[in-house]
Amino acid sequence: MSDQGTVSQNDSKGRGRSLAGFARSRPTKPGETYGVPGQGNTTWLSFATIAALIFLWWAITAAGLVKPLFVPSPQSIVQKFVDVWVNGFTGTPLWQHILISTARVFGAFVLACIIGIPLGLAMGMSPIMRGIFDPPIEIYRPVPPLAYLPLMIIWFGIGETSKVLLIFLSVFAPIALGARAGVRSAAIEQIHAAYSFGATRWQVMRHIILPSAMPEILTAMRIGIGFGWTTLVAAEMVAATKGIGYMVLSASQFLQTSTVIMGIFVIAAIAYAFDMLMRFLERRLVPWKGKM
Amino acid sequence: MALEICEASVIYPAQSGRAPVEALSKIDLTVEDHDFVVALGASGCGKSTLLNLIAGFLSPSSGKIMLDKTEVSGPGADRSVVFQKHALLPWLNVRDNVAFGLKLRGGGAAAYAVADRFIALLGLKGFEKSPVYALSGGMQQRVGIARALTCDPKILLMDEPLGALDALTRERAQELILDIWKSTGKTVFLITHSVEEALFMGTRLIVMSPRPGRIAHRFDLPFSRRFLDGAPARQVKASSEFIDLREEVLRIIFADEEQAA
Repeated sequence: MSDQGTVSQNDSKGRGRSLAGFARSRPTKPGETYGVPGQGNTTWLSFATIAALIFLWWAITAAGLVKPLFVPSPQSIVQKFVDVWVNGFTGTPLWQHILISTARVFGAFVLACIIGIPLGLAMGMSPIMRGIFDPPIEIYRPVPPLAYLPLMIIWFGIGETSKVLLIFLSVFAPIALGARAGVRSAAIEQIHAAYSFGATRWQVMRHIILPSAMPEILTAMRIGIGFGWTTLVAAEMVAATKGIGYMVLSASQFLQTSTVIMGIFVIAAIAYAFDMLMRFLERRLVPWKGKM
Repeated sequence: MALEICEASVIYPAQSGRAPVEALSKIDLTVEDHDFVVALGASGCGKSTLLNLIAGFLSPSSGKIMLDKTEVSGPGADRSVVFQKHALLPWLNVRDNVAFGLKLRGGGAAAYAVADRFIALLGLKGFEKSPVYALSGGMQQRVGIARALTCDPKILLMDEPLGALDALTRERAQELILDIWKSTGKTVFLITHSVEEALFMGTRLIVMSPRPGRIAHRFDLPFSRRFLDGAPARQVKASSEFIDLREEVLRIIFADEEQAA
């Protein structure tokens, strides 16, 4: 009895140690073994994960475990990409599908920035603006775009307006709310210092509030464009004849699974590339983020 | 007669079940030109409130504050403030931070000429293009002081300027501020909770007491003059006169606290 007790105790101790070892991993720098958990470079592990997932995918399809209708092989996705790139989908070349979808998302995104950032800043700085615009934004924000898509179509028809507007609405709320929250980033000492050097109210907004809101605005833009890509497929559900969202949806109706997956990867690649661009801009524009 | 505070009180109005708080009660204080006045006291004694009052961030509930016979009605460039921390602008480099106050008033190229002078005076030469977030705490504070001086204020207000520095950097910074005070001839109002710092730096000391915030004791101090006349700082601080006064002031502060508690 006592022996067993000791053994199980040792067991649980060993498990605890290995779990802690997993969280701690190897020291990333000398002396950081007992530092903040979660530090360290993940690049190689990330690449390995992707490679492993693709290998698993390939292995399952190559072994014929799943029908291609449900899960087509990786190489058939690549073939499909080349095929659609060369021959087009429903008579339109792939680059045109990509171009029109990108134009819709970026058009809505630019519009949302032009209107959302000043409005958010105004909401942050003025209780009157906040009082007026807070309720409508907070009411529509949690509603899924698919729910008000019919309304958009009834009001604005089946042309580009309703599509861009739908994407705009999903991008607008996070950007406006981010800009509004950014107003709070300035430290009271920074504001007081400016006043004590003779700044006017306007100068404080221009030289203190606005620059210190920049990190939050850039983060909000990153989040916002993510919502834009999320809404793209919904926007291209009705009466679209071009666009990646349209391609994915109509391919799914004909059970062209490989086209569906290819379209998803194309959207993911564009969204990821833009996210990289935004991170690059962040490093260039606000290198001081989180440092003071 | 530079700064006159006449019977100034600050009362924060009652809040949800709590009685109104008298943060400052009938403060009378005159700060002459070229004085170095230090306000000393435990947390909550109202010394920061007093500084905010002089800076104009806060209006007195009664009484008034006069600077050169003109009543203070809001913040202004004749009373620049140096803060403990978080007051520099990380999106500007050292030079632009120092020139910031003058550029607000449309200083242009002349602003940079003045800024460069104070950058040199504070020993920041060679760091003009550095981002301020890359500097050490002590150097950041020197940028803050240079920035306040470029505005050529009548009185320099310092809100625990050395409170965030490590003890050794702090001693060097005290000496630096005294040298700057001597070379610029500014009037200075500094608040601190370090007794040694208060005694060493001020020409006049006010010891404040909490609930309600008031000036409990006033002292005239000789120590900063001795340092500026050439005595080493540690020698000044180690003199028996300095140590006796330090113990007396500490005794007063602790006695006041017990009374208030």
